[in-house]
Amino acid sequence: MRFSEAWLREWVDPAIGTQALADQLSMAGLEVDAVEPAAPAFDGVLVGHVMTVEPHPDAHKLRLCTVDVGADAPLQIVCGAANVAAGMRVPVATVGACLPGGFKIKKAKLRGVASFGMICSAAELGLAESSEGILPLPAGAPVGDSVRDVLALDDQCIELDLTPDRGDCLSVAGVAREVGVLNQLPVRAPAPASVDTGIDARVSVTLSADEACPRYLCRVVQGVDAAAETPLWMRERLRRSGLRPISAVVDVTNYVLLELGQPMHAFDLDRLQGDIQVRLAQAGESLALLNGDHVSLRDDTLVIADAARPVALAGIMGGAETAVDADTTNLLLESAFFAPSAISGKARSYGLHTDSSHRFERGVDPALQAQAMERATALLLDIVGGSAGPVQEVTSAQWLPQPLALNLRRQRIGRVLGVELDDARIEDILSRLGMRLQPRADGWQVTPPSSRFDVLLEEDLIAEIGRVHGYDRIPVTHARSAATTRAPLEMAFDPERVRQVLVARGWFEAITYSFISPEQQAWVDPALTPLALSNPLSAELSVMRTSLWPGLLQAARQNLARQQGRVWLFESGLRFRPDGTVLHQEMMWSGLMTGSARPEQWGEPSRPLDFFDLKAEVAAVLAASGCERDCQWVADQHPALHPGQSARLLRDGETLGWAGTLHPSLAAELDLPANLQLFDLAVDRLGNAAKPGFSPLSKYPSIRRDIAIVVDASLTYEQVRDGIRESAGELLRELLLFDVYAGEHVAAGRKSLALGLMLQAPSQTLTDQDVEAVISRVLEHLASAFGAELRG
Amino acid sequence: MSEGDVAAIEDLHAAAAAAVGQASDLAELDEVRVRYLGKSGLLTARLKGLGKLPAEQRPAAGQAINEVKVVLQGLVDTRRAELEQAVLARRLADERVDVTLPGRGQSVGALHPLTRTLQRIERLFANAGFGVEEGPEVEDYYHNFEALNIPAHHPARAMHDTFYFDDGRLLRTHTSPVQIRVMEGQQPPFRVIAPGRVYRCDSDLTHTPMFHQVEGFLVDEQATFADLKGVLYDFLRNFFEQDDLRLRFRPSYFPFTEPSAEVDVQCVKCGGRGCRVCKQTGWLEVLGCGMIHPSVLGHVGIDPERWLGYAFGMGVERLAMLRYGIDDIRLYFDNDLRFLSQFA
Repeated sequence: MRFSEAWLREWVDPAIGTQALADQLSMAGLEVDAVEPAAPAFDGVLVGHVMTVEPHPDAHKLRLCTVDVGADAPLQIVCGAANVAAGMRVPVATVGACLPGGFKIKKAKLRGVASFGMICSAAELGLAESSEGILPLPAGAPVGDSVRDVLALDDQCIELDLTPDRGDCLSVAGVAREVGVLNQLPVRAPAPASVDTGIDARVSVTLSADEACPRYLCRVVQGVDAAAETPLWMRERLRRSGLRPISAVVDVTNYVLLELGQPMHAFDLDRLQGDIQVRLAQAGESLALLNGDHVSLRDDTLVIADAARPVALAGIMGGAETAVDADTTNLLLESAFFAPSAISGKARSYGLHTDSSHRFERGVDPALQAQAMERATALLLDIVGGSAGPVQEVTSAQWLPQPLALNLRRQRIGRVLGVELDDARIEDILSRLGMRLQPRADGWQVTPPSSRFDVLLEEDLIAEIGRVHGYDRIPVTHARSAATTRAPLEMAFDPERVRQVLVARGWFEAITYSFISPEQQAWVDPALTPLALSNPLSAELSVMRTSLWPGLLQAARQNLARQQGRVWLFESGLRFRPDGTVLHQEMMWSGLMTGSARPEQWGEPSRPLDFFDLKAEVAAVLAASGCERDCQWVADQHPALHPGQSARLLRDGETLGWAGTLHPSLAAELDLPANLQLFDLAVDRLGNAAKPGFSPLSKYPSIRRDIAIVVDASLTYEQVRDGIRESAGELLRELLLFDVYAGEHVAAGRKSLALGLMLQAPSQTLTDQDVEAVISRVLEHLASAFGAELRG
Repeated sequence: MSEGDVAAIEDLHAAAAAAVGQASDLAELDEVRVRYLGKSGLLTARLKGLGKLPAEQRPAAGQAINEVKVVLQGLVDTRRAELEQAVLARRLADERVDVTLPGRGQSVGALHPLTRTLQRIERLFANAGFGVEEGPEVEDYYHNFEALNIPAHHPARAMHDTFYFDDGRLLRTHTSPVQIRVMEGQQPPFRVIAPGRVYRCDSDLTHTPMFHQVEGFLVDEQATFADLKGVLYDFLRNFFEQDDLRLRFRPSYFPFTEPSAEVDVQCVKCGGRGCRVCKQTGWLEVLGCGMIHPSVLGHVGIDPERWLGYAFGMGVERLAMLRYGIDDIRLYFDNDLRFLSQFA
């Protein structure tokens, strides 16, 4: 909603400046988005009277004008506009004037003829985006006066960003009511016009969808001059309100819309066939609209129709066939109340949004139609002439919004707002808002005015009281709450802790979009059909991710393309996996690492990272969530991972996640390094680990024995480890693998493992025999179970 | 003791003292010590030769030799200490490192600035007793709109450009549905914040189709707009670390609160004088809030006569932008390491 400050001040004129007024509106909930001057800065432009116009001796398109600007002698001015004529009042930029954009007017010679100034168009004064010809000023404009004063250009355009509930403020009248309340001033509406009906022409109206349109008023106006000029003052007000002047009749209906908030429409009566019906469209009907669109109507759409066909989308836009044009002589004016529920969403569904639909969707005062009709008729008769017929009104009282009687409890006001207001203050605020009050024992019975259709509940009244009293005058308090907060369990998964661990180990946290492209999705989970958006912004963001890996892979590609050699990124977030009719929204922790194991540095050779670097990182995450010991790494295949370097992680037999090297084919396809590592952990399988338990410390020394064994290359470390633990018994306190070797001195197909066994007893010092017994038991077991040989 | 013996001892003394003084390392010093003071050293030999002297001379001669021995031993000890000191000094000099060389090992990474901001928000509200709850991002129509008093086709819906799925589900447009999920099936009091990702079908210079919100709400037998102001004053002043930060509560409209307000803080960049960040207004809009609408409580079976509540919601991207001076919202989801590493 945009309006001219000067126009508002005709209705109500508080003794505060523009900025204070804007702040006051914002603080009352009518947020001021912008305050802009009604015209750009210019000076030296005076009202001139064109005395003579003669052809230029040397230029076909130029004219020589003598113009009286109230100076001692008339000025000679060369003008190129076709519409300049003797007798006109025009804006003259005199020598020395400065026009918008800093353009200075100097004495000039045009094709050999001296010119002492310039006759200006609206565009040259910054009053229109473009214009044809010079701007005619009203005939009564005083010659020699400043055009700024004559057109009252030292005005501000105030732009409000209204919330959807405040449809009542989509007019100068509505804003004026608010300003009146806030400043405790009366509001001066223009004197209500009542038009003499000179003729008795009528068009009859049938409401066949009276729930959607409970009130319809129309009136015939005959003998108009539709080609008449809209007066400059009205064009200026429309312009300052952000509307383009179109034609006198349309300008008048737009003017009333801005002034009172009632959208109106004018039909060319001679193009209507028979009576008016307000009804729902029938399937198969169509309508050519004023804006050139041609729409096929749905049967949920309210239309205005004549006997033959729909002629307007009710409350949205009129039809082209019955539109008023310069040749129109007879009008049918419409002023109706359409129910918000009947209009809401309809304009949008036809790809439209108009000043009319904007208002009807939010609500229009259901008591406003007759007043608007009178106001529009009076303005029309002034501008385009003609005679008006009687107003015909059809009302379906049962569907008109009924005045509400709301109970407002004194005590509830304090309970909600936290401030105690005395009755006089409450009554003053509500009465100024136009509410009727009836005292009750515990408060009041309140009837809001018809314009405040947004006030439906006691809470709405309390909000109004708070708003007008001023939110800034409500105190700042700290109440105790009975609510208790249950702290997270000690062994619950703690995202902050895991984040700290990863960050301390060199990881950067990424946040990628939850929607990706189907191609990206297929990189990782080719067998899954992802959940697809019905209305994606683009194909790139069209399906819900079933894994966090595609987003991380994409981020890695972008970073590598930016010459980052080492990319360690992790992300936590939901993945969305459809499973029949169920959608699993699972919180995942995922990571991607590529580049060197350590940042490049002096004193240490650089080593590309591999699966075991990844494994240490995953182990750190698992340790931070307390469940490293219960997790099992099992070699397994994943479509995105290298078949020989990937593991499924299990906890209590359930899959906790995956870790592995990116599949070489995928690496090649995405142009990513072959050593890129990925992990993926499901949060709901982390946490709930056993809490740490104390076991007594042994006072006796521990003894370390190292062994090196040679086993088949296919034997897993896990098998060896479990074999040692099993055979060593309880004296084995710790087992350390310190070398794995295959190659020279080890038979082909075999590998050497070097292990340290730390032995300790809780209640005695171990003797050599004790230790030897354990070691030989272990070696015998390894030999018999795995064919292990002691390495010489 | 003869004159000659005395002179010989003094010569020995002088020669030994000179040799000690000239010893340039510990080995040389030890040689000198052995030559004079060792078992078969020159002074020791003199002592052994005492027996050849007349008995009456022996005590004086013995004393003289012993005095020289003590003096020499003292000189050797002093010289040894000097030489040891020199050795240590040399070693220390040799072992000097350039302490300005970089340390070795792993470098640290960084949290995403949005997480960093979310953690601060969560901690500040945790201090005020708020617990954290989460909800699904693929939501149903009821929780995202209907239960929050947002009617279909209402212009209020236009504030939410929604992503839909074919089955009618949608991506939540705000974190407010968590309010409904927490309240349904439980009885108050509640004191909860709900952080998370939200989605709107909108992408331009200042909007990304995914962003983060934190919703917070309290329901209790006593809860007023004045208390809501108290919670938000505490939060915003702590968040921006300005004890005198000015706040402005502007009346606004949300279908799920009444009364509703938007909260502006005095511009944290210019202190309210007016700058590019606050578009010369001196104020920055940072969150929306209000008293929970009675219909919302009614939807989840909570008696609005007995219980009152307030709710607030804030955009995390905006708060992080203001806090860290980030000027382009799209940077958040580019995951450019040059950006991420600035928040280490």
